[in-house]
Amino acid sequence: MHAESEIRIPLILGNKSYRNITDDIIAPIEGKAKRGWYTLIIICAICWLWGIGALAYTIGVGIGAWGSSNNVDWAWDITNFVWWIGIGHAGTLISAVLLLFRQKWRMAINRSAEAMTIFAVLCAAIFVLLHTGRPWLDYMLFPLPNQFGSLWPNFNSPLLWDVFAVSTYATVSIVFWHIGLIPDFAMIRDRVIKPWQKKFYGLLSFGWGGSARHWSRFEEVSLVLAGLSTPLVFSVHSIVSFDFATSVVPGWHTTIFPPYFVSGAVFSGFAMVLTLMLVVRKIYGLEHYVTIKHIEYMNIVIIVTGSIVGVAYLTELFVAWYSGVEWEQYAFLNRATGPLAWSYWIMMGCNVFSPQLFWVKKWRTSITFTFVISIVINIGMWFERFVIIVPTLCRTFLPSTWGTYTPSFIDVGIFVGTIGMFGTFFLLFSRYFPVIAQAELKTILKSSGEAQKKEAAHHH
Amino acid sequence: MATVKHIIHGVFGDEVPMLEACKKLRSSGIRVKDVYSPMPIHGIDGIIGVPRTRIAITAFIYGLTGCGLATLMMWYMMISDWPNDIGGKPNWAYYFNIPAFIPITFESTVFCAAHGMALTYLLRCWLIPGTKAKNPDPRTTDDKFLVLLEVGDAQAAKAQDIFREAGAEEVNHKGSYEVQPKYVIEESH
Repeated sequence: MHAESEIRIPLILGNKSYRNITDDIIAPIEGKAKRGWYTLIIICAICWLWGIGALAYTIGVGIGAWGSSNNVDWAWDITNFVWWIGIGHAGTLISAVLLLFRQKWRMAINRSAEAMTIFAVLCAAIFVLLHTGRPWLDYMLFPLPNQFGSLWPNFNSPLLWDVFAVSTYATVSIVFWHIGLIPDFAMIRDRVIKPWQKKFYGLLSFGWGGSARHWSRFEEVSLVLAGLSTPLVFSVHSIVSFDFATSVVPGWHTTIFPPYFVSGAVFSGFAMVLTLMLVVRKIYGLEHYVTIKHIEYMNIVIIVTGSIVGVAYLTELFVAWYSGVEWEQYAFLNRATGPLAWSYWIMMGCNVFSPQLFWVKKWRTSITFTFVISIVINIGMWFERFVIIVPTLCRTFLPSTWGTYTPSFIDVGIFVGTIGMFGTFFLLFSRYFPVIAQAELKTILKSSGEAQKKEAAHHH
Repeated sequence: MATVKHIIHGVFGDEVPMLEACKKLRSSGIRVKDVYSPMPIHGIDGIIGVPRTRIAITAFIYGLTGCGLATLMMWYMMISDWPNDIGGKPNWAYYFNIPAFIPITFESTVFCAAHGMALTYLLRCWLIPGTKAKNPDPRTTDDKFLVLLEVGDAQAAKAQDIFREAGAEEVNHKGSYEVQPKYVIEESH
């Protein structure tokens, strides 16, 4: 058995046994939902309904219903797409990259982070599918034989790379998630009594039995999937950034975009994981599993990625000046001092300044403070994408095409709708699915459980 | 002549005595049919004799297939079937355009490797929606560790002793079945 240093803070608090872990994880599924859960899901469902209405209206009358115009042809749609896809990245980072680095603290949060990834990618998909204008023709994005020649999609285009990247990312994330869920569904199947639950979890658990041979394959599959997902997650956001970087629009045509987008994605994703986990641990009483130490670790990742993002913002400014290209210089001057400068300074304040507060240990271990900052970062990262897209497109090469931008009621509706959809899915997940990867957690109980560590120290 | 096989379950509340029992069983020449546990147990493969899985190799093969298919697809669509001249960059030969094809080649490699391996895993373990639970005792997904033996008369008694000595919470004789010999050597007339 793997032994762990005594001075390491335990990852599972309290005097837990394997049975206790089972009981704690199954509690929301066996028990009744709290009133808070019902309140939240009703609010989310109403937001989602607004979104569905706005979506239906857009499909009916076309994307003229949006605030987008001839010059600002990408606006909230792509802002929201990049924001959602970025949020998804933290889930893969936690479950894949931290698995490769053998970070055990990931086990308390990887399941819900992966759920977040999948729901976020679904939200992102709505925007890309809709922004084509005629979503019923979206099948044309795929290289299917057709009656126009066949006329194939353009494989030189980053927009097509995006189709392949996002669909690979979405499907691989779902598979990775479900393979990890199978043993936990089996645990629920073997515990629940109600017939419909037995049937439901029986179907989801695929007949898992947990034999040594199956576990051995399970671990190998998890490791290889983590190895595949790691470059995948970096490629997806790099390709999203190519959508901008390969264009000739001043302010977009920069080589710093891929690393800048990837670190921004991880930054915003961790903020969203924190927002969600702090709520989930409160509602379901998971304080022994998602501990202050876990929150501190996540805040440290936020300091690192937030600082990378800050350096990227400053580098962009420097390179714009240093390039000597007037259009490039003006693009950044316009962002910082133009009519939409307020959005630029919100971005700077939320993303560059606020994560630096986590250098103070007292603040990064405070739950209330972390929750507030996590929401501030979510807002800041939305504004980052807004700043990259909208002020830039408002003033491009030809001053005669310059204009402003105001979102329409429909724009707001679709965005709020995706937040509602995301919330509804996440609440359903937290109520009916095992929110913590309990089988994995049981592997570290002996080495990282509080009581077990104390006992081991006592024996020495 | 038929031989009798006994199905024996040794149920443990912890993995350490369970591994101890498995070691003793193996050293007395008793084959451990399988072990059912709530979580993966590191190091058990060597003790009960589970060969290393080859599933990672299949992922590599699926990945190569995906890489090849993507290359073939893009060559056919962009170079052979309908070559375009986009932005003054004509598609005359595959190797001219390779930089633009790398992202999709990569995505397709990952797509095929991940899904191919996942499907192989599900089929190899026969994890199919609707199939019956494979664990012989439902408590093994919670907090019990079960060693499954299928042994003959002589070994059955010995195995049960080993289980009790190692500290099994329960030793259950779950029944027996007869095994007919595969080949019967008939006497010559």
